[in-house]
Amino acid sequence: MLTDLLGIPPQVLFGQLLLGLINGAFYAVLSLGLAVIFGLLNIVNFAHGALYMLGAFAAWFLAKYLGIGYWGALIFAPIIVGAFGIVIERFLLRRLSGVDHLYGLLLTFGLALVIEGTFVKLFGASGIPYPTPKQLTGGINLGFMFLPWYRAWVVVASLVVCVATWVLFERTKIGAYLRAGTENPKLLQAFGVNVPVLTTLAYGYGVALAAFAGVLAAPITQVNPLMGSNLIIVVFAVVVIGGMGSIVGAVVTGLAMGVIEGLTKVFWPEASATVIFVVMAIVLVLRPAGLFGKTA
Amino acid sequence: MSLLKKFAMGVSASAMIASGAAAEISDGKVKIGVLTDLSSTYSDLAGNGAVVAAEMAIEDFGGSVAGAPIELVSADHQNKADIAANKARQWGDSEQVDAFAELVTTSVALAVFEIAKQQNKIALVSGAASSPLTGSACIPSGIHWTYNTRALAVGTGAAVVKEGGDTWYFLTADYAFGESLEKDVTAVVEAEGGQVLGSIKHPFPASDFSSFVLQAQASGAKVVGLANAGADTVNAIKAANEFGLVAAGQSIAALLTFITDIHALGLETAQGIMLTTGFYWDLNDETRAWSARFNERTGRMPTMVQAGVYSSITHYLKAIEAAGTDDTDAVVAKMREMPVEDFFAHGGVVRTDGRMVHEMYLARVKSPADSTGPWDYYDIVRTIPGEEAYGPLSESDCPTK
Repeated sequence: MLTDLLGIPPQVLFGQLLLGLINGAFYAVLSLGLAVIFGLLNIVNFAHGALYMLGAFAAWFLAKYLGIGYWGALIFAPIIVGAFGIVIERFLLRRLSGVDHLYGLLLTFGLALVIEGTFVKLFGASGIPYPTPKQLTGGINLGFMFLPWYRAWVVVASLVVCVATWVLFERTKIGAYLRAGTENPKLLQAFGVNVPVLTTLAYGYGVALAAFAGVLAAPITQVNPLMGSNLIIVVFAVVVIGGMGSIVGAVVTGLAMGVIEGLTKVFWPEASATVIFVVMAIVLVLRPAGLFGKTA
Repeated sequence: MSLLKKFAMGVSASAMIASGAAAEISDGKVKIGVLTDLSSTYSDLAGNGAVVAAEMAIEDFGGSVAGAPIELVSADHQNKADIAANKARQWGDSEQVDAFAELVTTSVALAVFEIAKQQNKIALVSGAASSPLTGSACIPSGIHWTYNTRALAVGTGAAVVKEGGDTWYFLTADYAFGESLEKDVTAVVEAEGGQVLGSIKHPFPASDFSSFVLQAQASGAKVVGLANAGADTVNAIKAANEFGLVAAGQSIAALLTFITDIHALGLETAQGIMLTTGFYWDLNDETRAWSARFNERTGRMPTMVQAGVYSSITHYLKAIEAAGTDDTDAVVAKMREMPVEDFFAHGGVVRTDGRMVHEMYLARVKSPADSTGPWDYYDIVRTIPGEEAYGPLSESDCPTK
C-alpha cells in the first residue's frame, strides 16, 4: 500500500485527513466571509482576523457578564460583531468607495492592528479559557483516532453555514440583487434597489461569519487577542487560491487546504506553515484568477 | 580679566565639578535598555511586566548609581532577531545605552549577544532559555540570569523519568530554543535510563496542535514532552486534553511552563502538571512582599522572567556602585565577584561563562480544590541546588570561560 511505502500507518493517515477537514472547515467559514466582502464591496478585508477574534471575545463577554452560554453566543456574538461591522462600513469603508483597492486594504489593516493592540493591552497575550459546552465534551473512538464531539460539531456547523450562505446568494432574490450589485450597481439602483444598504448588509454578513468562526474556535484555542492574526494570512491565501470573490471556491478551497496542511503535518511537519503559500504560488502561476475565479 | 576669559574659566570649572561627581560613569549616566516582546506570544511572561520590574529595580536603587542618574528605555522586538539587533545597535551606537536587559526568545538573545560583543556592552538575559547562551554561544559580557533549558531538563525531565515515565516523544518548537530544550531533556532522560521514541518539530507559533497530538498518541510513548513555550504550550495542553491523550494513559511534561500559562489554562485543565521554575511568588515573605508590589502595578503576579529582570538589573547596579565605574569589563568582574543576594536568589553566583547559578524549584500544579485563592497555583515539590540544575563550570563549552 502507498501508506506503507511512505512509512505512515493508515490509521494515522485517516486521522490526519479528518483533522485536516476540521481545520479546513474553519478556513472555509473565514474565507467565505472574505469572499462575500470582496465580491460585493471590492474590499480586501484585512480586519477579518481581528473580527474573528472579536467573535470569540464577544462569546466570552456574554458568558462572563450576561451569563449567556455557548449556544446563545453562537447566535448573539455574530449579531453583535456584525453590527460593529456595519458601523465600520457605514462610517469608514463607505468613504473609500470608488478609490483604489489599496486604500481599503490599508484602512482595514490599520483597524486590525488597532483592535488587536487594544485587546492585547487589556487582556494580555496568553488568552483566556473558554469552556467546551457540556453537551459536546468527550468524544468517540473511531478505531483510528479519538474524535472529540466538539470537533465533529465544528465541521457540521461550518458546513451548514456555508451551504446556507450559498443558497442565500445563489437561490434567493436578495442574493440576485447582491450579485447584480457587483456587476452593475448603477443599473441596479436605477431599478429602485437601495444598493448602499445592500452593500452595508453584505459587509455585516461577512463580518458575522468571521465572528461565528471565532465562537466556534473559542473552546479549542482559548480566547486570545492574537488568534486572528495567526490565521488571517493563511485564509487570504485560501481566498486567492479559490479565486477572489468566488463563494464555492472559498468553501471548497478552504476544506482542501485544511486537508493538504494536515497531510503535510505528517510527512514534513516543519513545512506545514508554508505549504498553503506554495500551493498559492503554483496556482497564481498557472491560473492567475484562482481555481474558481473568472478571468476578467 | 576679559569677559571671555572669565567665561572660559567658569565653563571649565563647572565641567570639572560635573566630571568629579560621576568620575568614571560614561556619558554621565547609566542607561539600561529593556528589549522585550511587548506585543506578541511572549508579552505576558516578559513584556510590559519586565519593563515594570526594571522600573522597580531602578526606583528601589534610588534612581542613581555612583553619583550618576539611571535611565531606562524599552522597545518591542516582536520576537524577531533582526528587529532586536537593529534596536540594540542603535541604542549602543547613538543613545549611550550601557546594558541590554530581558531579551526573551533565544534567537533574539543570540542576535543581541553579537551586538553586545561588538560594542562591548553588557547583556542581561532573563527570558531566553537556551543553554548554549552560556555554552558554545557565550560572550564575555553576556549573563544568563533566570533559568535555562538544562535546568528545566534536570528538574522536570529527571522527575518524570523517576516517576516511571521512561519512554518519551517530543513536540518541539521549530527554532533554536526548542532544539536546545529537546537536546537537554533527551540527555537527562537517557542518563536516567529512559528512551526517546521520536519527535515532531512544529512551526512557531502554531495555533492548532491536534495533528501533532495525534502523532504523539500513535507513538505509544508514556510521556509527551512539550519543548515549546507560551501560547504554544497552552494550545498543546488543551489539544492533548481534548483528544483524550491523558485519559488514555499518556502523560504530558510541559518542559517550560510559566505561571501565566497556568493562569491562561485554568487549574481544571492544568492540575497535576510538573514544571521547573526559577521563581515563585509564594516561596517566602520576601518573595511575597516583592510580588505584592509588582501585582499592585500590573494586576498580575510576576513570572520568573520578570522577577529575574529585577534581580539582574539590581545586581548590575550594585556592581557599578562597588566598582565606581560603568566600564563593562570592570562591572562584569564585580558582578562575578559579588554574590547575588535578593528576594530572587540567595548566594547566587555569576560564573565566568556568564551563567548565574542559583536554586531552582520543581513544582506541581495544584488542583482547583487545593488552591486557596487567585494565583495560588504551585506546590513546591523539591528545591534543586544550583550546581545540579546548571551543571559544573567544567561541563560548560563556553570558549572564554
